[in-house]
Amino acid sequence: MTDKTADQTETKAAPLAPPAQPAGPSPDKLIVSSSPHFLNTESVPKIMHTVVMALFPAVAASVYFFGFRALLLVLVCVGSCMLSEYWMQKIRKKPVTVHDGSAIITGMLLALTLPPSFPIFGAFLGSFFAIVVGKQLFGGLGFNIFNPALLGRAFMQATYPVLITTWTTPRTIAEAVDAVSAATPLALMKFEGKTTPIMDLFVGNVAGSMGETSVIAILIGGLYLRYKGYINWKLPLGYLGAIAVVGGVFWLVNPAKYPSPLFHLFAGGAMLGAWFMVTDMVTSPVTPLGQWIFAICGGVMAVVIRLLGGLPEGVMYSILFMNAFVPLLNKHTRPKVFGEIKAEQS
Amino acid sequence: MGHKTFDRGIHPSYYKELTASKRVEAAELPRTVTIPLHQHAGAPCQPLVKKGDVVFEGQKIGDVQAFVSAPIHSSINGKVKDIDLAQHPNGSRVLSVIIEGDGTVKDWSTGAVAEDVSTLTPEFIRDAIREAGIVGMGGAAFPTSVKLAPPKGKAIDTVLLNGCECEPFLTADHRIMIEEPEKVVWGLKALMKAIGAPNGLIGVEENKPDAVEALKKAAGGQTDIKIIVTETKYPQGAEKMLIKAALGRKVPAGKLPLDVGVVVNNVGTAAAVFEAINYKKPLIERVVTVSGNGVKEPKNLRVRIGASFEEVINQCGGLAGDGEMEVLNGGPMMGVAQTTLAVPVLKGTSGITVLTAESIKPLKYDPCIRCSSCVEVCPMGLMPYRLGDYGRTARVAEFKEWGALSCIECGCCSYVCPSKRPLLQWIRVGKLRVREEAAKAKK
Repeated sequence: MTDKTADQTETKAAPLAPPAQPAGPSPDKLIVSSSPHFLNTESVPKIMHTVVMALFPAVAASVYFFGFRALLLVLVCVGSCMLSEYWMQKIRKKPVTVHDGSAIITGMLLALTLPPSFPIFGAFLGSFFAIVVGKQLFGGLGFNIFNPALLGRAFMQATYPVLITTWTTPRTIAEAVDAVSAATPLALMKFEGKTTPIMDLFVGNVAGSMGETSVIAILIGGLYLRYKGYINWKLPLGYLGAIAVVGGVFWLVNPAKYPSPLFHLFAGGAMLGAWFMVTDMVTSPVTPLGQWIFAICGGVMAVVIRLLGGLPEGVMYSILFMNAFVPLLNKHTRPKVFGEIKAEQS
Repeated sequence: MGHKTFDRGIHPSYYKELTASKRVEAAELPRTVTIPLHQHAGAPCQPLVKKGDVVFEGQKIGDVQAFVSAPIHSSINGKVKDIDLAQHPNGSRVLSVIIEGDGTVKDWSTGAVAEDVSTLTPEFIRDAIREAGIVGMGGAAFPTSVKLAPPKGKAIDTVLLNGCECEPFLTADHRIMIEEPEKVVWGLKALMKAIGAPNGLIGVEENKPDAVEALKKAAGGQTDIKIIVTETKYPQGAEKMLIKAALGRKVPAGKLPLDVGVVVNNVGTAAAVFEAINYKKPLIERVVTVSGNGVKEPKNLRVRIGASFEEVINQCGGLAGDGEMEVLNGGPMMGVAQTTLAVPVLKGTSGITVLTAESIKPLKYDPCIRCSSCVEVCPMGLMPYRLGDYGRTARVAEFKEWGALSCIECGCCSYVCPSKRPLLQWIRVGKLRVREEAAKAKK
């Protein structure tokens, strides 16, 4: 009985017998994969951690102008974002990727768009919403349609409409130390018709969201990212260019009523948005034409909201609005295929 | 800067310095060769010899009537040991002639003639190229004689020689251009004559100034031959990219270079044409760059077709280390990974690249973050991240609709992807699905 079985297996195995292997490395040491066999050294964590680095000047500026509380808010937002990400990935039974740095970026960006006096619990809630609803419910990194940080801020704008527009003056302004609340340059412009000196805007010595006030700090980070190659120059250029041009047209028509283009660029969230949110890889188009349309339309919209809408600031909504068009833009702005034949007329 | 090139592309590390300055050495005479009867694009050959036959170096041992094919020759003197299926570098098993050598070699230079191209007829050149079994030596191995017989009504005005060698590590073409520029130029003249093209161009990347110098010297005052220096960029050596750089012409999607009046050949092919006509020597050996961090002494070797990878690597000091390795037929960007070192060197083997464990790419990949890197580098203007998803999920209609069949499989997309997504692999899967559907529709 056993003999027979052995016989059968032998005859079956014979035609499948592998060819004699020559001496040399055993075949299990020869790795086989599909070409290319060379890859560059970029990785998602490397990109994300570089963006985190690039945000440090803005964080430093916010701490300088608004004190320890600014740092606390940043830490709370980053911490809650990371925790929310961890928690959601555990629930979704997905690999935990908190270490890739993308949740840190969301937390930092979210904190930088908040007023320095914003309540801690509110910051936690916004971070939770940003990660859970803005990112993980869509499927996690790479699948979200809207910029999570901006979605979190939009949520807080609806939840805490008063607190999120209650501003404090920077501690660097001596005569206003006691001021509990102050108006942002954009609000001053819109509701009181006052303009703020450009130099104060550039340095950041004004009331506003903690990380949006200092243009110079944001520029340092943004240009560093550009130098690293992680920012597509079309995006900030298109967005800021459109803001300057549209703002400039209004200004030329009525310089007494409307502020200068430089004011538009330096005030509010324009700089932070242009360098760190419009450029978010996941929520911006991939085609060159799509990127131009996305950035320029966003810029136009920001100025229109600022000057004609009910809100003093339009950066957040302009970007969120354009985020929704990204899949459409990707679909309809595909680049020309090499040697593509134009539809022949017949 | 300012050199001619194409749009997009990448700048990988080239590692050419490992072998660029090393003269081509003759490899040892192999004891046994395994010569596959299918080494080219087109119909496989039928064996012309039987087991036990005595064969001579250069004797034709396989041929077929088909138009798109090239005959196969014995690369050594000896006896046919067997005709059987054997492992082919493309991963399949192919009917091969196994020849045991007798240790003697033929001296091809005796009986060499110095032909004058202007006295040869186009038919003579084409026949000589076909009989010598010459195929494209850059890697694709398309029969050269077929390229020289374009369909009626297609006027060819330019023969373009490809000396770009944009694959990392490989320096075989580079050395041929430096050491045998006269052969390359002569071969170019013969190819021009064979197809009636008035212009001859040689495209070389600017990282090979010595090759440009040598070719210029060899071309002398001939006004119909020009050397085009292109930017060093991958994949500059892709046919369509080189035509765009050298002539500014774009090969329409789905068409061939001959549709824009150009025939492209590798510089090594041109040198082989010279030997085929002047030495009456068929394509039985070729220059192979053996390199990579997994080889102890990287070299440029003149290897007989059919010699095993193993003995070639052993002549380069052997493998460095005994960990996991990747052995490639070709360079790291487009080469094919091997499952055994018993595979033979083919007419299209421009290099053997060995990568050690630390340079083997990871298998794990992250989600696409829409960074647009792949779109920014694709030389064909495609959207690889999208094609990869369509290919992976077998969405054939969308796959074709988004231009996937224009993909030249250069691998730039996979190279730049920060998420390490195997985009090209998925696109290949998609192409396979397209072929399967086409086959089903035929039935």
